[in-house]
Amino acid sequence: MDPRIRIQEEDFDVANSYAELRDEAGADAGAVVTFVGLVRDRNSLAGDGSEVNTLTLEHYPGMTESSIAAILDEAQQRWPVPWVKVVHRVGELRPKEQIVLVMVASAHRDAAFAAAEFIMDYLKTNAVLWKRELTKGGESWLTSTAQDATRTKKWQRTSN
Amino acid sequence: MVTVKFFAQLREAAGTDSVEVAATDLEHLYAVLEQVLGPDMSDQLRAENVRVAVNQDIVSANTTLRAGDEVAFLPPVTGG
Repeated sequence: MDPRIRIQEEDFDVANSYAELRDEAGADAGAVVTFVGLVRDRNSLAGDGSEVNTLTLEHYPGMTESSIAAILDEAQQRWPVPWVKVVHRVGELRPKEQIVLVMVASAHRDAAFAAAEFIMDYLKTNAVLWKRELTKGGESWLTSTAQDATRTKKWQRTSN
Repeated sequence: MVTVKFFAQLREAAGTDSVEVAATDLEHLYAVLEQVLGPDMSDQLRAENVRVAVNQDIVSANTTLRAGDEVAFLPPVTGG
């Protein structure tokens, strides 16, 4: 098990993860960047703006974790961010619920900001997870958007 | 026997999350799955955007399979 990653059905408490991260980092960390993704009640990806009832996340135990570990490894190679955490929820989620937590600590803020953004961009395109959206109009499996792909490509052109 | 796992829309199309079949390599497995699940499903599994993992590692070429291997078909992913 990778201590940086948690895949769980239960909700998460940002304060708990923050306390853990500060505990691990001690006095070496000068910056902590936290990102929380939430389930919205509108589907903008499909463009029909229909109301989202539930978002169901499916995962492949083992491979989901290793795909996220690869993203974190790359972030930690690019930037001096010794402390990173990702909590990703799976199962059935409703609008307004928390879906993902990315927390990054570093000595200085620039690395923490960049690494957190990089990790989120790659979670969209590379994490082994599938989302099924249930709206009034029916059910559909979501894919990462062209915008997501563009953001990931942007990181491939820059060294950091 | 190898265990074959389907996820997301492929799991729904197959009507099951896994099957156990005998196959010696990936190409053979595609042929066996076409027999078991039909040509429509076979086309979906061969789609360009479907990745294949053997024992949780992505493979891009034909690969020899051994008894007990786990082969997974992964449609396009999205997290975050």
